[in-house]
Amino acid sequence: MPLLTLYDQLTTYLVIAALLFGMGVYGLLTRRTLIGMLIAAELLLAGASINFMAFNRFTAPDPALGQIFTLFIMAIAAAEAAIGLSIVIAFYRHLKTIETADAAHLKG
Amino acid sequence: MMKTLFSPDGLVGLLFLFNLIVTVVGGIVACNSERLVRAVIGLVVCFVGVAGIYYFLNSPFIAMMHILIYIGAVAVAISFAIMLAAPEEKKRTGPTNSLSGPIGLITALLLVSGLVSLAYTTEWTSMAKVNDGSVKIIGIQLLTNHSMVFELISIVLLIAILGALVIARGGRED
Repeated sequence: MPLLTLYDQLTTYLVIAALLFGMGVYGLLTRRTLIGMLIAAELLLAGASINFMAFNRFTAPDPALGQIFTLFIMAIAAAEAAIGLSIVIAFYRHLKTIETADAAHLKG
Repeated sequence: MMKTLFSPDGLVGLLFLFNLIVTVVGGIVACNSERLVRAVIGLVVCFVGVAGIYYFLNSPFIAMMHILIYIGAVAVAISFAIMLAAPEEKKRTGPTNSLSGPIGLITALLLVSGLVSLAYTTEWTSMAKVNDGSVKIIGIQLLTNHSMVFELISIVLLIAILGALVIARGGRED
């Protein structure tokens, strides 16, 4: 059964990373609330990390490098989530809503 | 080389397929569900699957860090923000207008098909490994080759924490 040897091929991981990336882009483009967009951004970052780890496992000569890069991505994602959520809280305190369509103060 | 379902390798393959399904279903729920709370639960399920994928990629350390940071910190922070920032009847989420749904779907499908065709048509060459990528080597490299980035990341995290406190504190009435 070729399905059972999928875990040993680079393309499987690239496809699953592309799927997660696509879901993230779809969520970013269509979500109506700021928190929904933040969740979609986390999906994007997870897809990018899987790409790094897959190349790290299958092609790169130094298998520690991709893991270190993934750790850095995690740190950046945690900082991004903290800043983004505090902006959401401040936004809600000012406007009593978290919908992106209401963030139109600077609209011309 | 054929692998049967009931050999140890076959069971590992089955486990991987289950892992893929968990990841994809969690991702779909996270980017597509109507309520924000369900989206966060989908995100957690998806991250469990991603941690399993990291385990299959020979790095249980990164899998553990992924569960610790994303599920233990990021998902919990997002659910706190949902509880703080949105009244119950307004937690519904979905496409902004009738046009943004199809356009977003088409864009995402174009991106995914392009990336997948690229992954299948490129001839990937692998190189000989120079070490085994263990936690010990990661630690040594973090404190020698990548020590500058390591220090910068900690400063970025500190500034992000302070900035989050300042932004969330401003505008309070009391």
